[in-house]
Amino acid sequence: MSEASSSTSLTPRETGPASKVREAVIRIAGNSQDGIQAIGGFLARLAGRSEQEVMTFMTIPSTISGGPSIFQVRIGSGEVLSAGDDADVLLAFYQHSYDSHIGFLKKGGIVLYDTGHVVANPDRETEYRHVGVPISGLTIESIGGTAKDKGKNIFSLGLIARMYDLDAPKLERLILERFAGKDTSIATTALTAFHAGYGFQIDNILQTFQFVESEKKDGQQVVTNGNEALTFGLIAAGVRFGAGYPITPWSDIMESLRRELPKYGGTFVQCEDELAAVSMAIGGSYAGRVSVTGSSGPGISLKTEAIGWAVMAEMPLVVVDVQRGGPSTGMPTNVEQSDLNIACFGGHGDSPRVVIAPANVEDCFYTAIEAVNIARKYSVPVILLTDQAIASRIEAFKMPDLEKVVQDISPDFTPRIDHKPYDLSAADGVTRHLAPGTRVESGKYPVVTGLEHDELGHPTGSPVLHTKMIAKRRKKLQTLAAELPVPKVFGAPEGNVLLVGWGSSQGPLREAVEQARAAGDSVSSLHIRHLNPLPNGLEKIFDGFNHVFVVELNDEGLYGYGQLAGLLRARYADARIGGINKADGLTWKVREILQQVKDKTAAR
Amino acid sequence: MSTATLERKPLTKKELAADHPTWCPGCGDFSVLALYFKLIEKRGIWHEKITTVAGIGCSSRFPYFVQAHGAHFIHGRALPFASGISLSRPDLHVCVFGGDGDAFSIGGNHFSHTARKNIKMTYVVMDNWVYGLTKKQTSPTSPIGFKSKTDAWGALDQPINPIKQAIAAGATFVARTTHTNPNHVLQMMEAAMDHDGFSFIQCLSECVEFYEGAFDASNPRKGGSFNLVPPDHDVTDEGAAYKIAGEPFPGKFGIIYKSTRPTKNANEAKINSDAQAKMKGLKDWQILQKNFDRLK
Ligand SMILES: Cc1ncc(C[n+]2csc(CCOP(=O)(O)OP(=O)(O)O)c2C)c(N)n1
Ligand code: SF4
Ligand SMILES: [Mg+2]
Repeated sequence: MSEASSSTSLTPRETGPASKVREAVIRIAGNSQDGIQAIGGFLARLAGRSEQEVMTFMTIPSTISGGPSIFQVRIGSGEVLSAGDDADVLLAFYQHSYDSHIGFLKKGGIVLYDTGHVVANPDRETEYRHVGVPISGLTIESIGGTAKDKGKNIFSLGLIARMYDLDAPKLERLILERFAGKDTSIATTALTAFHAGYGFQIDNILQTFQFVESEKKDGQQVVTNGNEALTFGLIAAGVRFGAGYPITPWSDIMESLRRELPKYGGTFVQCEDELAAVSMAIGGSYAGRVSVTGSSGPGISLKTEAIGWAVMAEMPLVVVDVQRGGPSTGMPTNVEQSDLNIACFGGHGDSPRVVIAPANVEDCFYTAIEAVNIARKYSVPVILLTDQAIASRIEAFKMPDLEKVVQDISPDFTPRIDHKPYDLSAADGVTRHLAPGTRVESGKYPVVTGLEHDELGHPTGSPVLHTKMIAKRRKKLQTLAAELPVPKVFGAPEGNVLLVGWGSSQGPLREAVEQARAAGDSVSSLHIRHLNPLPNGLEKIFDGFNHVFVVELNDEGLYGYGQLAGLLRARYADARIGGINKADGLTWKVREILQQVKDKTAAR
Repeated sequence: MSTATLERKPLTKKELAADHPTWCPGCGDFSVLALYFKLIEKRGIWHEKITTVAGIGCSSRFPYFVQAHGAHFIHGRALPFASGISLSRPDLHVCVFGGDGDAFSIGGNHFSHTARKNIKMTYVVMDNWVYGLTKKQTSPTSPIGFKSKTDAWGALDQPINPIKQAIAAGATFVARTTHTNPNHVLQMMEAAMDHDGFSFIQCLSECVEFYEGAFDASNPRKGGSFNLVPPDHDVTDEGAAYKIAGEPFPGKFGIIYKSTRPTKNANEAKINSDAQAKMKGLKDWQILQKNFDRLK
């Protein structure tokens, strides 16, 4: 065992050739065209197959020609709640990768760098364990020269596999699966690169690590990112028609739906713009089956008029908003949670709609199904608010029981004697539309409309009817609110500080709670998935705490709190509700949350 | 075409008329509505198989007046809405009605793209050369010099030529008619309905309130002339069609351009049948399972 390793954060648990670790955070820094996501992807998938928990984080440049990019993967034999504040290992392909990311290493962490491109900084050499490897040179030596150093990602995967004593045969299988269906020479070359990296015998220079056995998980694990989980959730929910217009990071979802839906007899249409996309999806819903549209950033702004129509006409619809940095074109490949206001209120007039946000990658799958079912049950547009971070990060979760989960939502064309879509006397107060093609024996057919209307959908200027119909559209969401489960507090149900979060921040918030409690601080968290309407009874939870901070990836606003905090303050008129915000385009580091908790409680 | 049962008689105006139209007396739109009823009667289509879609405008009020499934959508977006129906429901007749502002101004982008995609539906634009519902502003088809509330000195901008635009965009059925010739309107509607693809009809429809007399030159009863597209015109000849479309008002009436090109409906159906054949009768959950197995 080398001297340097004893000061690494990967604290050895026993002596021997490999020290045991519970988790590792590996940051791979290079350019986007180096295939660094592929290394991360292989590691994540391997972790899933080894019943470990895993979470990733990446940044991608928004330009096609590429540019600096990172992929961070945290693998744990225990629970993994975030992608990790600091890394144990940095793999740096270029000088800029080394210079910009070495500061993200834990004290005593290891930097693996390509001696072909990086000159180590002598000042840093005392702080971090430096391991120089001629990565590009050896890659070219093993697989033959290409101008772009292709294959060095797989070579590096071999290095890491050796370093962490990973299951090399399993990785080989993953590599073969990944290139299955392509020219066999591609897979062979990849394996050659992998073997060259693995054969470099980094263990001669560096003490290696081994993950402790992870707890047995029940059932098969799957590994994917939020966008893919969400896409599959929509398919499982029975969505068979959708329309969209490309924009990052929403495009992945539309591309997969376009590719997958035909297998189920469905269609996804690429439209001329977002106005057409939302309109076409609403047309699809009207035709009898809840349809989907989605977008990010400016595309969401364009959809607001049509969403207002769906509220007025009480037409079910699912709108996916993969949030990114705004306003305007903003920061297309960065994360922000700044669309909550437009999701809840975007558009003119009083137009209540449903907004829900998944908490992690697995939840993207189930929230998509929930969105479809709420849209159907309440005849209302549902906005599914995810974000760039959850869209692109990879997590492992339990394989869903698809035979049970996949639902058939085909329209019912049974003829009716009579039908009033906007029946004011309906027991549940909810509109039920008849799909065109359904015969009505009375010969009185419904019109769906954005004008204020009577019970059959015909226009009215009656003040009484307008009042009643507005109340109808509101009340059904009040009914939904009453049915929503009250979220459970993570940590003690009472105490000093309650951190309230939504969307992709669930993991970092929980980790913050665990760290704070370990340090003896009374901090708990609450995660809200249903944002509009809010579940009832939150005030009772807030009452158990001295401070309630809503932790959001958006600006603190004119009055010192973010968008969800604004909603909660409006709802509960509770001055204890404050904001912990940042809008730097990056996900929360646990340390940042805890620092703000300290500062804000001290300031009160 | 329909789920006609023997005991059902063809629908007539009596069963098809819904709300009394809110149009001004004398508005050209009345005759378009009457001929739509005639079309449905003549073709023996049942209520439930008709879907009437519109955007916003006087003319776009259309669906309220038809006793059948219908939707009154937002300004300019009737075509994508109708496309959503057409692409998911091959069993329905999707008919879209609207005005010139709805079609060529706020909805201009959708007009081009629905045409180019050749999505199966019939689109009748009731062109009155003015914004009727909002009370006399310049429309994209208003001729230069037309005095409107937004161009008190007379319209300045070159009007668009809907027929040329439709041809250029790739529409596969392009016809021109006028409300003052009911037989011709019906004839065009029938031909449009028979066309497998995006069928577009520009129907001149006078706004008696804000642009009275706009189309007199095309009305023999007002001293104008109604001239048909010459019988020897080759409707598949794009250049010839363009020439006819460019003639000064009143120009020619009839089918100006027609071509056969697979519809998007058919293209998508082909993609689907190929994809589904590969699935060899698997249930939906089993198809999805294959995707999840890849994630293991
Ligand atoms: C987004 C939006 N902008 C503007 C309007 C107002 N508006 C309603 S109809 C119309 C123009 C109608 O003209 P046209 O389409 O030619 O129909 P017409 O009334 O002449 O039949 C306008 C500008 C609207 N309803 N929605
Ligand atoms: S304003 Fe013009 S277009 Fe509108 S109903 Fe009256 S006559 Fe017809
Ligand atoms: Mg008009």
